[in-house]
Amino acid sequence: MPDEALHVHEPYQTAAQQAEADTMGMYVFLATEVMLFGGLFAAALMLRTVHHDEVIAASRQLHIWIGTANTVLLLTSSLFVATAVVAARTGTRRLCAGGLIGGAVLGLCFMALKAVEYYSEYREGHLPGFGLPAHFSNGAEHLFMNLYLIATGLHAFHLAVGIVLLLSLAARVLWTSFPLPERSITVTLFGLYWHLVDVIWIFLFPVLYLAR
Amino acid sequence: MMTSFFPLWPVAASEHAHSVDLLVIAFSVLIVALSAPVFILMAWFAVKYRRGKPADRRHPVHRKTWAEVSWSAIPFFLILGFFVWSSVLFYQLYHPPPDALEINVVAKRWMWKFQHPGGQAEINELHVPTGKPVKLLMTSQDVIHSLYLPALRLKQDVLPDRTTTEWFNADKPGTYILTCAEFCGTDHSQMGGRLIVQTPQDYARWLDKSDVGMSLAEQGEALFLKVGCSGCHSPAATVHAPQLQGLYGRQVPLDNGRTVTADDSYIRDSILEPQKDVAAGYPRIMPTFKNVLSEADISKLIAFIKSTPSTGSAHP
Amino acid sequence: MTSERADYADLPGAAGYGESEAIQKSYLRAGHTLRSWFLTTDHKRIAILYLISVTFFFFVGGAAAALIRADLLTPQGDLLSNEGYNRAFTLHGVIMVWFFLIPSIPTTFGNFLIPLMIGARDLAFPRLNLLSWYIYVLGGLCTIYVLISGGVDTGWTFYTPLSSMFSNGHVVMAATAVFIVGFSSILTGLNFIVTVHKLRCPGMSWGRLPLFVWSHYATSVILVLATPVLSITLALIAAERVFQLGIFDPALGGDPLLYQHLFWFYSHPAVYIMVLPALGVISELITAAARKPIFGYWFVAGSSIAIALLAFLVWGHHMFVAGQSMYASEIFSFLSLAVAVPSGIKVYNWTATLYKGHISLDPPFLFAMGFVGLFVVGGLTGLILAMVAIDVHVHDTYFVVAHFHYIMVGGTVSAFFGALHYWWPKITGRLYNLVWGRVTAVLIFVGFNLTFFPQFILGYLGMPRRYHVYDPHLQVLNDMSSSGAAILAVAYLIPFVYLFYSLRYSPAAPANPWDVTGLEWTVPSPPPKHNFDEIPVVTTKPYNYPVEQKGDGDA
Repeated sequence: MPDEALHVHEPYQTAAQQAEADTMGMYVFLATEVMLFGGLFAAALMLRTVHHDEVIAASRQLHIWIGTANTVLLLTSSLFVATAVVAARTGTRRLCAGGLIGGAVLGLCFMALKAVEYYSEYREGHLPGFGLPAHFSNGAEHLFMNLYLIATGLHAFHLAVGIVLLLSLAARVLWTSFPLPERSITVTLFGLYWHLVDVIWIFLFPVLYLAR
Repeated sequence: MMTSFFPLWPVAASEHAHSVDLLVIAFSVLIVALSAPVFILMAWFAVKYRRGKPADRRHPVHRKTWAEVSWSAIPFFLILGFFVWSSVLFYQLYHPPPDALEINVVAKRWMWKFQHPGGQAEINELHVPTGKPVKLLMTSQDVIHSLYLPALRLKQDVLPDRTTTEWFNADKPGTYILTCAEFCGTDHSQMGGRLIVQTPQDYARWLDKSDVGMSLAEQGEALFLKVGCSGCHSPAATVHAPQLQGLYGRQVPLDNGRTVTADDSYIRDSILEPQKDVAAGYPRIMPTFKNVLSEADISKLIAFIKSTPSTGSAHP
Repeated sequence: MTSERADYADLPGAAGYGESEAIQKSYLRAGHTLRSWFLTTDHKRIAILYLISVTFFFFVGGAAAALIRADLLTPQGDLLSNEGYNRAFTLHGVIMVWFFLIPSIPTTFGNFLIPLMIGARDLAFPRLNLLSWYIYVLGGLCTIYVLISGGVDTGWTFYTPLSSMFSNGHVVMAATAVFIVGFSSILTGLNFIVTVHKLRCPGMSWGRLPLFVWSHYATSVILVLATPVLSITLALIAAERVFQLGIFDPALGGDPLLYQHLFWFYSHPAVYIMVLPALGVISELITAAARKPIFGYWFVAGSSIAIALLAFLVWGHHMFVAGQSMYASEIFSFLSLAVAVPSGIKVYNWTATLYKGHISLDPPFLFAMGFVGLFVVGGLTGLILAMVAIDVHVHDTYFVVAHFHYIMVGGTVSAFFGALHYWWPKITGRLYNLVWGRVTAVLIFVGFNLTFFPQFILGYLGMPRRYHVYDPHLQVLNDMSSSGAAILAVAYLIPFVYLFYSLRYSPAAPANPWDVTGLEWTVPSPPPKHNFDEIPVVTTKPYNYPVEQKGDGDA
């Protein structure tokens, strides 16, 4: 594995050292994302503890089937991305690109379903903020929906970033001389990010939808 | 303690204040004792072991675990002694005596409103008697404020939609500072007034002189009728609603299986968020009075409910 | 000129005047274009970029402080309006905390020295390093915008519901600026962690790392884990103001105390971000001044890690009277006392390091001594504040203001100046006038104490913080404080004169002007762009000064 293909750059001596550093860097970054969403989970926990009954009632009004479908979509997309990572390591370009694109497409389906869900919540008068006409039976339900919108919105933003990353990487794999398996580390690291976005949803889903 | 040039120590107007002062002075002695050696030794070493100066530097030590552990552990345990002392004092602040004189406080940008149980109201001034525990029941109409009484060494944040308390027993008549200690916006620096501690006789005289209509509880009773509470909460009502006489302090079983004590917060929540803790066996139909009643009104209603005796009586 | 030579005479190897060969071959001359500076990935150049930016913000925040102390000369609020004063202290806090103190030592000295100290050619992610500077600048520009367009008046703590529902200042823009600069912090911390793990040269085990590196590692752990919580908290305030999506709104059943918990969960560890690097600097300055190994290396290294961990457990001590439960307050009080123990270990170990040392009273050492004096007072008053019963009285008063200024200004800023005076020859390749350095150190110590010690008294007397109208009998103490501030201002400005002078007129510095240990002193002053011609191999313990056996005289 010639070092030039891996573009070992200063300050590294070997490709292995660079790869280890890159991987560690990604894990540290993912830890920061966990802390970011951690604040929201703390708020959700507090809301649930103080306004127990209202939160349960509010959670019952969420569209659990859309949420479940979205969970399935994301888990499947992670499967696609994991496949892409393995393919990258063995140098199978088409499979790698296919996995990345498949994951991205499923992510886009998630976003589409989310849009449908927000729209129906808007029609039901349950979507708060933005000066929208919404009515809630009590303050805690309003708070719950606020938190729901912020948390899923932040998650959707991260998902969008992930989709862009996957698609741009897929393009590079397909249409440039992006060296695989030499630079499979890049696919691995983008894959790690995607998996984290998935994991965050795995926690968001029960906190929001399964509080019923 | 005041020198003619500038003050060094605030006046203490209660036993708690004296206790806090004693604690802080004693603790300061300890921490000076723990740190003075550092300053002295560093300065001395800088002189004695100055580069170029002959001195005995044989066998300098680079680590000594027992020393490290002991100079970490021993000061810590000494400090913990003061932690216990401080915690005892703090505990007392959270356990006011049951017979305390209750004064309602409403904070709003940028003034303080005080209401004595007999209905006397004052703005930015608080008259209290010596020798009697006084408990302040405080709430804010807007942002977080904090009622600070330096002479008593006390403060407590005052929050919107919640009641917080602080209590004291002042023993030194005089006029002291009362001020807001949580930044609340433009005129925060000017949100203050006076705490006027009086002998019981002077306080009684002040109460008599004060312009007062009805007592807090009497005003509350009038409100109870006026805003329609008695429409449901009276024996004559057709609606099935809990009777409220003697409610205060009782155990109330709720419809979710829990049991709560009917205290000030419970009554307040029942008026503003009636769906929150519904009494067992009653329908969930009480409307909220959030936009109908001011904080002062709520204090009056709570005072009225508290004043109703436990056995059946004429009201309501 | 001759008197200048005399000041440098005791520094071994002082080379001649003019641009030495070292300077010509250094990172400073490796590329002359603006592009080579603004698109650099050299950690040393990035450190200089940061040095200029943080110094700029230090003076902006300092100007706000000058306005505050000027207004406080008189008990009536007659210099600034109420609104104006509120904006002044808010801006002072926001700028000093996030645009000076938090970046100060890590992004300047940390960036410059960590690769050199561990025998690497650069940080783990050089381009990310540059990006973090640009993010910092972007955050800074947003803050300047806030400043120019009228400011924000919520206090740097942005408490709700004041900030989310009542304030009509530029809350969202200020929150955005801080949110942005938070990413700069996170990326810097991430960079340092990976660098220390993966780029240590052969033989540089964890047990051989300089204490400066240990403390920056601990700081970086806090940077990456705590800052995101601030980000989400500020985002929630912005969401409430911009999109009406509030979760702190008490009218809806939200809890303003939740905001405080989230805010302080970050902001308490943040103060350790501000002080841990300073503690690392002082460890270096003391061993260098004493020319003796640090006493209890592992205890000092471990204390940095202990501080970083305990830092996350004490945030509730900002909320003793906020309305949290008595039991929570007691637990936070206990833990706050515990977190003082590792700091105490450092101070005692520094004292023991000086014992039987060979101490030279150069400016770095004087700054270190000043640090110890001021930091210890700050730390001890922190213990006083941790005692709940006392805190009920002095919370939100000038006592707290004095406490944190003793640590952040008396501590961190002194350490920053100490670092500047110690590593100046390495960074710039120039020596400087030591007499003026000593004068500055003493003046800072005197000015600082005059400014802030009266504030302890003011606080205990009951003067709340964030007040510009106060009881007239407190005027003398306030005037003492303001006079001290004037002295401090002069003391902070003097180094500009002699340090800039040194850039042009002072003798060039040799590789190791202080004759101390450390890999950074083995390369020329200033270092070449690639740091080391050959990656070093380390075989000795850190601070391996010759150990005195016979006594008498010094090595």
